[in-house]
Amino acid sequence: MNPRTPPVYNRRHPFSPQRYRPNRSTPVAQTRAHLQPSSPQQMQIRIHQILHAVECPTLGSVLGGTVRSNERSAHPPWSSQSGKRDPQQIGRVAAAASVNVPDKMKSRIPVVLLACGSFNPITNMHLRLFEVARDHLHQTGRYQVIGGIISPVNDNYGKKDLVAARHRVAMARLALQTSDWIQVDPWESEQVQWTETVKVLRHHHSELLRSLPWKEGLDQGKVDSPGPAAVPELKLLCGADVLKTFQTPNLWKDKHIQEIVEKFGLVCVDRAGHDPKGYILGSPILQRYQDNIHLAREPVQNEISATYIRRALGQGQSVKYLLPDAVIAYIKEHDLYTSPGEE
Amino acid sequence: MENSEKTEVVLLACGSFNPITNMHLRLFELAKDYMNGTGKYEVIKGIISPVGDAYKKKGLISAHHRVIMAELAAKNSKWLEVDTWESLQQDWIETATVLRHHQEKLEASSCDQQQDSPVLERPGRKRKWAEQRQDFSQKKSLEQTKTKGVPKVKLLCGADLLESFGVPNLWKGEDIAKIVGDYGLICITRAGNDAQKFIYESDVLWKHQNNIHLVNEWITNDISSTKIRRALRRGQSIRYLVPDLVQEYIEKHSLYSSESEERNVGVILAPLQRKTAEADT
Repeated sequence: MNPRTPPVYNRRHPFSPQRYRPNRSTPVAQTRAHLQPSSPQQMQIRIHQILHAVECPTLGSVLGGTVRSNERSAHPPWSSQSGKRDPQQIGRVAAAASVNVPDKMKSRIPVVLLACGSFNPITNMHLRLFEVARDHLHQTGRYQVIGGIISPVNDNYGKKDLVAARHRVAMARLALQTSDWIQVDPWESEQVQWTETVKVLRHHHSELLRSLPWKEGLDQGKVDSPGPAAVPELKLLCGADVLKTFQTPNLWKDKHIQEIVEKFGLVCVDRAGHDPKGYILGSPILQRYQDNIHLAREPVQNEISATYIRRALGQGQSVKYLLPDAVIAYIKEHDLYTSPGEE
Repeated sequence: MENSEKTEVVLLACGSFNPITNMHLRLFELAKDYMNGTGKYEVIKGIISPVGDAYKKKGLISAHHRVIMAELAAKNSKWLEVDTWESLQQDWIETATVLRHHQEKLEASSCDQQQDSPVLERPGRKRKWAEQRQDFSQKKSLEQTKTKGVPKVKLLCGADLLESFGVPNLWKGEDIAKIVGDYGLICITRAGNDAQKFIYESDVLWKHQNNIHLVNEWITNDISSTKIRRALRRGQSIRYLVPDLVQEYIEKHSLYSSESEERNVGVILAPLQRKTAEADT
């Protein structure tokens, strides 16, 4: 009954819930304060769901009896502020689960979103993709997005006007400074060759499995381990324009497309001028696995293309409010995108 | 001097800013690039003027929150500022009056500068004038700065405002004439053709078309405050659509909800109310 029990999960793991506990010193990326759980009991139930994502009959047994459901001063087991409860913080984490049925514990599949692309440069629209996709998956009630990865493409991709990977990675890092759930991963950009998207997915998926915390956390003494938490899924996040490129001859291998939609899954965010449903219907592979393709609608149409940004920068025009300020400062400091690109 | 031909311009944006979004801020940037790009103007300042609560628009939350959010949004800008004069007024103020207020304010401060000895005020500039134009008398250089010295206020808006000129009873005809005649309009629009057609179809706008600048917004940027409020009600993220500081402020104070959206429901918008009242007298 020691309230100072250390967190169940490995603190250092990148996707452990502790890392995604909103930090007061950085802006919170996603909270729904008005969905505060209405009782401490409800709150504990939701917290439990995030942590374990398993079916569990009683709260008490899983948490090792450290929390009595009526105890008002109970704090989340992972909290380092032991003994001091911040209802707002708990509420945020709990509310992030967005569960509509508080009394029944549902299992939600943890998901990590991976976005591949040039990010040349990263823009507010790229960042929006993650937010929109997360909202969408949460709304289905079946998923819990626990992380996001931005993977800038390798320089050897050979796309026109692609600035050096180290810049694109640095800019993404700056853009993500204020995000508490998305991070940039330079693995793809550091490879010797350009790497096909499916291989990037495979790499990150195996990394994810390798570092799963639940393997370590189940020897908590009196707790009867309820079984492993649901295995996280890695899904490819993209705009509708990428879905369209599946049709481009020789751009993608058919077996790769199949692996992407069958083994991983796709979250595709609407974009003006595109018809994602049409693209799916037009492809037998996509149609077969359409249940694994999530079409998210961006409620606020936002066409900030990096192409336009480069052109505007080349012409000395302002791009403020289209990209994070820190990225704009970096671009100026390193004299990037100074000549108008030819399209 | 390279600036002697250019008219200094102050951009004034009136609106609900309920809440302010990245799109509002973009309007300023686009307008500034455009005006500076003509070679005839130099944009020296941008003013965000949130409307007062007396406007009675549906879903309009308290002015002090809207002002604070605008200030948080303008924090990282070197040339944007928020003006609270309009929001502090008891009654709703017509846009033409707000424009006049700001123009007079600029003229007053410009006069103050000229009354001081030129050596004391903005020493770099006026001393240069005095040094480089030694054949001119001090009085002459004073006059020269006077004629170009007063910046002009221009109304910055989106196409929706331009087209709202057509809504019956929303604007007084004489106000529209004043806005485009005495001050000038900079209208950021995606559908340039529609805006041009609108100008063509209006005699008063057509007459002052040289004072109406249409700026094309190539990036579809549909971040309307209405959608932001809707997203907030539905628990959806507004991250990257509004400045981070604004998003945190909204969250911290739980500003927008179904309740706040119901404010002023059934209440007639102030300009329409005023028009009816005047018609009755």
